[in-house]
Amino acid sequence: MSRTWAFASNYLIYSAMAVYTLAFLAHAIETAWAVKVPNDTTKTLDYKRTEKVARIATAMMVLGFILLFAGVITRGISAGRVPWGNMYEFSITGALAFTGAYLGALRKYDLRWLGLLVSISVLLTLGTAVTVLYVPSAPLVPALKSPWLVIHVSTAIISCGVFLLANVIAAAYLYLDKVESKGERTAWAKRLPSLEVLDQLSYRLVAFVFPLWTFSVIAGAIWAESAWGRYWGWDPKETWAFITWVAYAAYLHARVTIGWRGRRAAWLCLFAGSTFLFNYVYVNIWGTGKHTYSGL
Amino acid sequence: MSQQTELPELDSVGVLRYAWRQLTSMRTALILLLLLGVASIPGSLAPQRTQNPIQVGQYFKDSPELARWMDRFYLFDVYGSPWFSAIYILLFISLIGCVLPRTIEHFHAARAFPPATPKNLSRMEHHSTWTANGTELDAARAWFKSKRFRVLEKDGSISAEKGFTRETGNLFFHLALILVLLGISFSSLFGMRGEAIINVGERFVNTPTSYDTLTYGKLYKDSNLPAFMLTVDKFDAQYNLETSAPEDYTLNVSLLRDGKTVVEENVIKVNSPMTIGSTRIYLQANGYSPVVTVRDSKGDVAFQGPVPFLPQDLNLRSIGAIKVPDAVPQIGFVGSFVPTYVRDVNGGGALSAFPKALDPRLLLAAWAGDLGLDSGVPQSVYRIDTSKMLQVGLKSLKPGEIFDYPGGSITFEGYIQWVNLNFVADPGKKFALLGGIVAILGLLASLFTRRRRIWIRVESQVEVAGLAKNDAPGLDVEMEQFVRMLKGEK
Repeated sequence: MSRTWAFASNYLIYSAMAVYTLAFLAHAIETAWAVKVPNDTTKTLDYKRTEKVARIATAMMVLGFILLFAGVITRGISAGRVPWGNMYEFSITGALAFTGAYLGALRKYDLRWLGLLVSISVLLTLGTAVTVLYVPSAPLVPALKSPWLVIHVSTAIISCGVFLLANVIAAAYLYLDKVESKGERTAWAKRLPSLEVLDQLSYRLVAFVFPLWTFSVIAGAIWAESAWGRYWGWDPKETWAFITWVAYAAYLHARVTIGWRGRRAAWLCLFAGSTFLFNYVYVNIWGTGKHTYSGL
Repeated sequence: MSQQTELPELDSVGVLRYAWRQLTSMRTALILLLLLGVASIPGSLAPQRTQNPIQVGQYFKDSPELARWMDRFYLFDVYGSPWFSAIYILLFISLIGCVLPRTIEHFHAARAFPPATPKNLSRMEHHSTWTANGTELDAARAWFKSKRFRVLEKDGSISAEKGFTRETGNLFFHLALILVLLGISFSSLFGMRGEAIINVGERFVNTPTSYDTLTYGKLYKDSNLPAFMLTVDKFDAQYNLETSAPEDYTLNVSLLRDGKTVVEENVIKVNSPMTIGSTRIYLQANGYSPVVTVRDSKGDVAFQGPVPFLPQDLNLRSIGAIKVPDAVPQIGFVGSFVPTYVRDVNGGGALSAFPKALDPRLLLAAWAGDLGLDSGVPQSVYRIDTSKMLQVGLKSLKPGEIFDYPGGSITFEGYIQWVNLNFVADPGKKFALLGGIVAILGLLASLFTRRRRIWIRVESQVEVAGLAKNDAPGLDVEMEQFVRMLKGEK
């Protein structure tokens, strides 16, 4: 029975990848059409066509999200637990959280210009997951059998998704800032939000998710106390979670108290986000310590 | 004379004041915060004594010169090093110096009235004006009250302010961080941490000598150890049949407290430690202890009992040493225990195929000579220094079998399991937890509260304006509602 569910999960993940590929292509076409600058400079671009493609792309993203969601759920059913026991499962859930953060933000802001980046990074994450990180579905080791697994890991994964989105927007800010400092924006970039909006948006995402990240770290500490006999032990994962926390705390202080905006704030945001990624990639795969559940 | 003595004093006070102001400035705090993050990095790259002493030892063995230099910079004890401590102590002094004055200031400000309505409202943001009909001031008063603004009414104008929770939350967040640090320091003074390997069936009496390792906080004494006796009754491990990965550990113990006659039965699992007063007991590791009887050439028993062996892999192939110092000459056995025996096709040795004891074997190499126990150099209980010994035999034993070697015999009677228990007293952790909870609540309050002022002045014209602090969004919407309400629109 659990094997059937595991196979179903694999098929769903592969289908999600196919749909994300379509979303990626649609976004690529959308961007390509928007980049095409009319020879007659008096004319503005006709966005009707690109708008249609953008809608298709978003629909694909939603469909991909649903398939991936089902894939993650069936993976959990196959193992008889929450699907956060190894790095393959962290990756598929992380990709789900990232798409979720993007689609959630999409309800309020028109971020479809980000779709190309979001779909390709989700594809790369899933691709790595199914080829390099895949491990057969199996029950948890005793240390992971705790309700805190759900609380600690889910909040960490959601934080991951939102921090990544804030990072992508900060990167877009830096790129557009560079373009603008040389002159006018290129045609395709004209429909992107103003620098000010991007700056605000990446700040708001961080401010929104920073308390959740704090909570995730504290939940982890509570769990560590009951599983390992200490709530903080400078395990490499803990150390890097702390570094990420400190970096984002510095970012929020720099913005709110000192009044950093724009370029400097974006760089600091990127730095903080890279500590998170480092924690995920380096510590999970090559690190030592008690958080070695990657299954590799 | 007095002037001459006072001048240098003033000077040093001035210097101190300057230093204090620099230290408590936001810029310094921010630099210290980032520095703290950067300073934690080396501890995640180099092995740390507190977590991984064996790997640190390996560093010293592999490249002693480099390791000595790294040790000089405390790279194996980063989080207890003077430079790391210096950064966080400075950060927390800076934090206190910043937060305490702000708390006092905020306390006064929270009880004061909002500042009076500015003379020229048209210069403020969100300004609008229209002809008055006379009811606006009352309507505004009721609206401010329903929205819990703090108001100051004066000469036909109201100045209203809201959002003090922002600073309150902010201050609570920072005060909570200080509480977390206090909790950690409290534990390092009054805490205790010990480890003991106990065979199933054996008793553990809570005295310092019962522990394999034991460390106290600076103000913890032997007499602080709670008096109790623990008997390890039963240990049960479940493994996955395909992957050999452990699925469940259950440990049954019975506890006899000091002065009590009733024995309490308890279950300890990996995620549910047992609590005795302020001490918690955690199940950390487990393994096998082969039970052996060693006899001398006359057949007299020289040693008998279980000997804990250290697991080496997922299938619990374990290694250990049996030392018989009372035999003449001294006898030592270097052994390996496999719970489920398979032949190693590559090396010809023994491997374990499964962590449960389905077909246990004890493989022994017997050594005779000087065990070196009297040399004063501390020895591992799992290893034997064979430099002054001679190998006298090799044998693989099933339970019940006897190995006769020149000068005696050893019987493999069977095996029992051992558990490694961690005993921890961490009296500061509740403060740290409280600090953590308050920090999150404070953070939420400070990040999601908008501080803003709204003014209204009614003469022949109604004039309203607003001001949002820290660029807080949403005031435009609120002002729109306010104006519509005043105009009697829905």
